[in-house]
Amino acid sequence: MRVALFITCFNDTLFPETGRATVEVLERLGVEVDFPLAQTCCGQMHFNTGYQREAIPLVRRFVEIFDGYEAVVAPSGSCVSMVRELYPMAADFAGDGRLAESVEELSPKVFELSEFLVKRLGVTDVGAYYPHRVTYHPTCHSMRMLRVGDAPLELLGNVRGIDLVELSEAEECCGFGGTFAVKNADTSAAMLSDKIRRVLDTEAEVCTAGDNSCLMHIGGGLGRLRTGVETAHLAQILASEAEEG
Amino acid sequence: MKKSDAFSPGPTPTFEESAKESLSDSQLRRNLGKATQTIRRKRAEAVGEMPDWEGLREAGRALKERVMRHLDEYLLQLEESVTRAGGKVHWARDAEEANRIIAGIVKDHGAEEVVKVKSIATDETKLNEHLEREGIRAFETDLAELIIQLAGETSSHILVPAIHKNRAEIRELFMERLGAQNLSDSPSDLTETARLYLREKFLAARVGISGANFAVAETGTVCVVESEGNGRMCTTLPPVLVTLMGIEKVIPAWRDFEVFMQLLPRSSTAERMNPYTSFWTGVSEGDGPREFHLVLMDNGRTDVLADEIGRQTLNCIRCSACLNVCPVYERTGGHAYNSVYPGPIGAILTPQLVGIGDPGPDSLPYASSLCGACYQVCPVKINIPEVLVHLRGKVTRHKQDRGGPRQKLDPENVAMQTVARVFSDPQLYEKAQRLARVGQWPFARGGSIGRLPGRLAGWTAVRDLKPVPQQSFREWWRQNRGSV
Ligand code: SF4
Repeated sequence: MRVALFITCFNDTLFPETGRATVEVLERLGVEVDFPLAQTCCGQMHFNTGYQREAIPLVRRFVEIFDGYEAVVAPSGSCVSMVRELYPMAADFAGDGRLAESVEELSPKVFELSEFLVKRLGVTDVGAYYPHRVTYHPTCHSMRMLRVGDAPLELLGNVRGIDLVELSEAEECCGFGGTFAVKNADTSAAMLSDKIRRVLDTEAEVCTAGDNSCLMHIGGGLGRLRTGVETAHLAQILASEAEEG
Repeated sequence: MKKSDAFSPGPTPTFEESAKESLSDSQLRRNLGKATQTIRRKRAEAVGEMPDWEGLREAGRALKERVMRHLDEYLLQLEESVTRAGGKVHWARDAEEANRIIAGIVKDHGAEEVVKVKSIATDETKLNEHLEREGIRAFETDLAELIIQLAGETSSHILVPAIHKNRAEIRELFMERLGAQNLSDSPSDLTETARLYLREKFLAARVGISGANFAVAETGTVCVVESEGNGRMCTTLPPVLVTLMGIEKVIPAWRDFEVFMQLLPRSSTAERMNPYTSFWTGVSEGDGPREFHLVLMDNGRTDVLADEIGRQTLNCIRCSACLNVCPVYERTGGHAYNSVYPGPIGAILTPQLVGIGDPGPDSLPYASSLCGACYQVCPVKINIPEVLVHLRGKVTRHKQDRGGPRQKLDPENVAMQTVARVFSDPQLYEKAQRLARVGQWPFARGGSIGRLPGRLAGWTAVRDLKPVPQQSFREWWRQNRGSV
């Protein structure tokens, strides 16, 4: 199977290691990965902040660039939810019937990494080895908009060496919310402090999730407090293997 | 404590400004955190035992959608049914007209005191203040409403207006305002004090005022759902009953209660059935009030109805489940919203009712991380995140189109325009990635960024920022998979 990787502008620029890990996992499973270099951003930040007129050209670009692929995979629940759940609204807003049609055709083919692996490929064991104590934060958009369900936990559960611990009140938002973290910085910080408290309660070494945006926020707080707890995107855990030899 | 809100004349503070204050109130944080966590857990249990909750939600949504599609017809039908049953229907274009009608009825009966059932519609119109100006005293009879009335505060939750107060605080208030002595802070002592105080009011009042949870177009039956029984007293004891109702509260038929009476109690108080549900149809000889007035109020609702995406906001049955699950509400409390409608529903309803263009209400659609917890629990499936995003668009376009030349220089607007241009062109985008790498050196120290300038300072106030790495993903891809 040949898929297009939608890396997302955020990962491309700030978390290239997540992109490399995604490629590694997919290729390990025999999936052929293509990376259309014309891709930039899905337009989520603009659209969700209210700059919807400005987001429309980005929606159009995305649809053109990824048109024709059997599947599009992204290591971000949030950006995928933008495409799948909000592109129809964007096309309506643009008042463009043709765009709405292309969106309708493309959006069911766009997958977040864990749901692609579990629901599309039917794989729950990717042959990873990660000897660490890990807790998983289900990001709001993967959980509520995409309904990836237990896919990430199934994948993590089959990682060898992992000590997976449950996060309490896991489903509560970490407080990132895109521009929310800047516009409502105080409220965002209050939400973050509770999330951090719960992460620390697990005594995990690593907090993982399917979105680097939330992880940057959680990790930023964990780092500032010098907790010694790290964050790692799900793809990176799934890409880890035991050293050969 | 706040005085002016989105429904009062004059500017309202923004959510950010007000939230700052409430976030640093540790007593409030504790009271709210405890209360919302408890009700959240109970709601999940009450909903979990239903065999087909999703089917019920869908039925509730569909019913409400039908109401909104034919609102004009149902309202006329309701007027006819109520009139036929001996009630009198009044139409109020806005809050002022509603208040005037109600004060007129009270004065016609020469009453100087009225007893009230908890009603957010009357909070919206500021009825109590209006009555006071007309020389009429309104007594709130719902325990939580009474508490905030005595404290001179405003509601911070649509179901539990005094959720921000704990028992010790209420005890002190009762001792001070009701002259109660040797009072403990046990719930039974506190309610007994309130009961004794209210009993006199019930017996003396000649006019009762209520809101409405539902009104049936087919039969003219009005319904109030409550927990304490005070509503039953207000709607049956005084000889005159006045009900103020937003026009969106009408439902087509009696049998529709089957759906709503299952959805509402479980979502609001996490009960299978609420303790008191009062229904009345006009007036009945020898039973209850001799005169019944139903005031149907628009006050911005038809504007909401005209908006295709915003319209679903009117489906709300005011259960408050969205408040209880909202991580923002849980931390800031209701007062930060500066509206009688706080929380997620308030964030979408308030700006639509008062109109876009006032910084206070305009800030409300941004008071959300778009986590979607509200949509997940809403018994009538209002897609609150969708409406939030829609309203953010309206607010932004309003600023851009009417903000004049100054808006063009607004730092956020400038940044968004620039970034949109960069994202539209892969070459510009790659150049920007390289620039970011170079541009960050003044801020990066020892592998992380501890302080950012300007508006971004909010980020680094509590979080480190990871510096932009030396190689972007696409650069890696070109190097390693370039041949593809
Ligand atoms: S929006 Fe939905 S969840 Fe919130 S109060 Fe209204 S009905 Fe309840």
